[in-house]
Amino acid sequence: MSQEVMIKLVDIDKSYGEVQVLKGVNLEVMRGQTISIIGPSGSGKSTLLRCINKLEAINSGYIEIEGITVASANCPDHPMASAAQVKSALGKTGMVFQSFNLFPHMTVMQNLIEAPVHVKKIPKAQAIEIAKEKLAEVGLSDKADAYPSKLSGGQKQRVAIARALAMSPDVILFDEPTSALDPELIGEVLDVIKGLAEQHMTMMVVTHEMGFAKEVSDRVIFMDNCNIVADRPPQEFFSDPDHPRIKAFLDKMLTKHG
Amino acid sequence: MAAGFWDYIVESMPSILEGLVYSVKLFFLVGIITLPLSMLVAVAAARGPKWFKGIYKVYSWLFQGSPLMLQLYLAYYGLPFFDVILPVDFVVITVFVLCFTAYQSEIFRGGIISTDIGQYEACQVLGMTKVQTMLRVVIPQTVRKVLPSTCSQAIVLFKDTSLVATIGVGDLLRSARALVIRDLRIDAFVVVLVIYLIISSILVAIFNKMEKKYSIYV
Ligand SMILES: Nc1ncnc2c1ncn2[C@@H]1O[C@H](COP(=O)(O)OP(=O)(O)OP(=O)(O)O)[C@@H](O)[C@H]1O
Ligand SMILES: [Mg+2]
Repeated sequence: MSQEVMIKLVDIDKSYGEVQVLKGVNLEVMRGQTISIIGPSGSGKSTLLRCINKLEAINSGYIEIEGITVASANCPDHPMASAAQVKSALGKTGMVFQSFNLFPHMTVMQNLIEAPVHVKKIPKAQAIEIAKEKLAEVGLSDKADAYPSKLSGGQKQRVAIARALAMSPDVILFDEPTSALDPELIGEVLDVIKGLAEQHMTMMVVTHEMGFAKEVSDRVIFMDNCNIVADRPPQEFFSDPDHPRIKAFLDKMLTKHG
Repeated sequence: MAAGFWDYIVESMPSILEGLVYSVKLFFLVGIITLPLSMLVAVAAARGPKWFKGIYKVYSWLFQGSPLMLQLYLAYYGLPFFDVILPVDFVVITVFVLCFTAYQSEIFRGGIISTDIGQYEACQVLGMTKVQTMLRVVIPQTVRKVLPSTCSQAIVLFKDTSLVATIGVGDLLRSARALVIRDLRIDAFVVVLVIYLIISSILVAIFNKMEKKYSIYV
């Protein structure tokens, strides 16, 4: 696999008011990698993802996407790129939310072509072709005309993934994509993400699914206390948890999930 | 013996209809200006600059906190004291628009701020601009949510057109009152009651139909 750096975080600090959430976080994500991010609640996993695509502003450090500095604070050596460059770099990132966030007043097809047509200015006919392709990829070709309210949670999340894919992103950020789902629907969503991993889509996946982290990801990142505590290949991570916190976390996850 | 009810009604219909036309005209004019204006005000009040929110609060308090009839009096009888002489229809429409925009913008604002933050975030990560987010995602969802309260407002507006009678403008109610006073019989009031009820029912039916149309996605 190539070792091209896709996303780079340097010395990231982030706090909400008094509450420090990220403290000196450094991370490099290579193109084509699938990274699982795990850790206890409140450890800053969502915040980490949301800083990358600028849903949250950082307090210090800088973030590069494909070499473009999209966020920079207290880093005079790494000023932010031009607005147009930042916009184009952010356009290469997709995001899938825990709560899907589909547009309820639009059909599945309208959800999928909304941004391609109105943001990327792709001709509608072409956007529809792309959308059909992506719907087939997530196994929902027959749902193009359905409204989101008529879909199961698993189907909604697959539509949300297809909507992200329709923008042809270089990287997709997943924030607990299966946490809002009934247990029996989790598999269908993880299978889609697994399929993307096999195509070497670059992905960062915040998850509580240890099986997924173990089988699908190239790296497992464990966050605790505002920082990344471990960043290792899954086999090593799970067979030899070298940190008491990780061990405690894994024990808890295992008892919780039988 | 006075003429029978039906004969009398037929005879007095022209003047009742004249009043009705005025009321309906006023209703549509005010409605057509109020709806888009309220949406603009609501967007600015929900997402706009702080100074606008301040002005909005005062405006809302002023027009929602006082009776429309008093607002009409103040504008109609008060402006001439400042040597401002305006056509009466202009004064009436302006006061109605200001008053109903105060209510309707608050309804729209409620719809806008109740839109899930996730919808905004989805738009943002898809690269949509703020204007696109409002026009294509937030406002269409808001419209669905506010249909019932907008329907009530429409009915209130139609009924309140009768207030212009108090400043001497010939609306439906004033026409009827003129007949009642002239002929010393209340048949005209009964007819006007029926007309108000019919029009309210039509409004309800229209809004129900719209709600049904929008309900496919809930
Ligand atoms: N908008 C916000 N304002 C204030 N505090 C926040 C905000 N968002 C998150 N926090 C706080 O920041 C900390 C980290 O939150 P974050 O959502 O990143 O954690 P997480 O690891 O994703 O947790 P979870 O597993 O529960 O999703 C938490 O203490 C949280 O309460
Ligand atoms: Mg989270």
